Amino acid sequence: MEKEISILVIGAHEEILTVILRLLNKMDNWNAIGVNSCEELIKQCSGKNFRVVLLGGGLSAEQEQAVKQYVIEKCPDTTLVPHYGGGSGLLYAEIYSALKTA
Amino acid sequence: MAQTVLHTADSRGGADHGWLKSYHTFSFAGYYNPERLNFGALRVLNDDRVDGGRGFGEHPHDNMEIISIPLEGSLEHKDSIGNVGVIDPGEIQVMSAGTGIYHAEYNKNKNVPVKFLQIWVFPNKRNVEPRYDQQIIQTAAHPNELVQILSPDKNDQGVWIHQDAWFNMGNLEKDHQVVYNFHKKESGVYVFVLEGSVSVDGQKLATRDGYGIWDTSAIEITADTDARILLMEVPMEF
Repeated sequence: MEKEISILVIGAHEEILTVILRLLNKMDNWNAIGVNSCEELIKQCSGKNFRVVLLGGGLSAEQEQAVKQYVIEKCPDTTLVPHYGGGSGLLYAEIYSALKTA
Repeated sequence: MAQTVLHTADSRGGADHGWLKSYHTFSFAGYYNPERLNFGALRVLNDDRVDGGRGFGEHPHDNMEIISIPLEGSLEHKDSIGNVGVIDPGEIQVMSAGTGIYHAEYNKNKNVPVKFLQIWVFPNKRNVEPRYDQQIIQTAAHPNELVQILSPDKNDQGVWIHQDAWFNMGNLEKDHQVVYNFHKKESGVYVFVLEGSVSVDGQKLATRDGYGIWDTSAIEITADTDARILLMEVPMEF
């Protein structure tokens, strides 16, 4: 079995974040956790290399920029993926596409 | 020179949940095809059939422009910003999910299916304020014409969305010809045949075929039979 794929999801909408985490963690070797602030993201990324960071909704433009800048500069092995749609529709395709390019 | 992509009806992905049968032109939910992810900003084109009395329970969306167009039957909508509505064939509904919205969609009727298109377009701005609208489509009053049903401008004809996109529908009689001029040179147009057969710049298309065209400024559409078409102009880079 492929090594566990760790995914960090950041999003400000708590209920949507819960749905996304539930959907991601249904997959056999995916392990997703969620945060709702840039500070929490930095804390999580400091201790672990995530394969994918999924940029969820509800953040301000400044917060999104801070996340992008941090991941690009500090997490070179992590693929940052903006999430669209807020649920199951595009979620798996976004992760599969990210894993292909990672 | 114009570039094109053809998606025949039988090449679409599918999902059969019993009460819901759906054809996906682009990757969606459990259907993943890396060659079918989007056409520019057009990300989802789902051709759905929902049994009587059934539907999608409350579920979330964010950061997407979601357009529903009923083809048969009636679709009921409820959302977390207080909108309740029913849309029938001849109408269009738009929802900007933005920062986040919950909604539910049900077949309004108990005994007849509802068939509708659900179309998702990437927004040109993330985290906008969620909004909802529905309007009547004027195609029946204008046979053999393309009727604009969506644009980026709230003061223009049809509903509006947060993207440089223009949708047109047309009911064409056999042998009738129409020309569609692109609004922007950076755009592509995705033609989806709802009924009948048409030729787009000579490419023959049958019911539920899709055909994307870009790097051109106009297309000519000829109805090979009586036909109903949907044209979606979207930015190819966004």
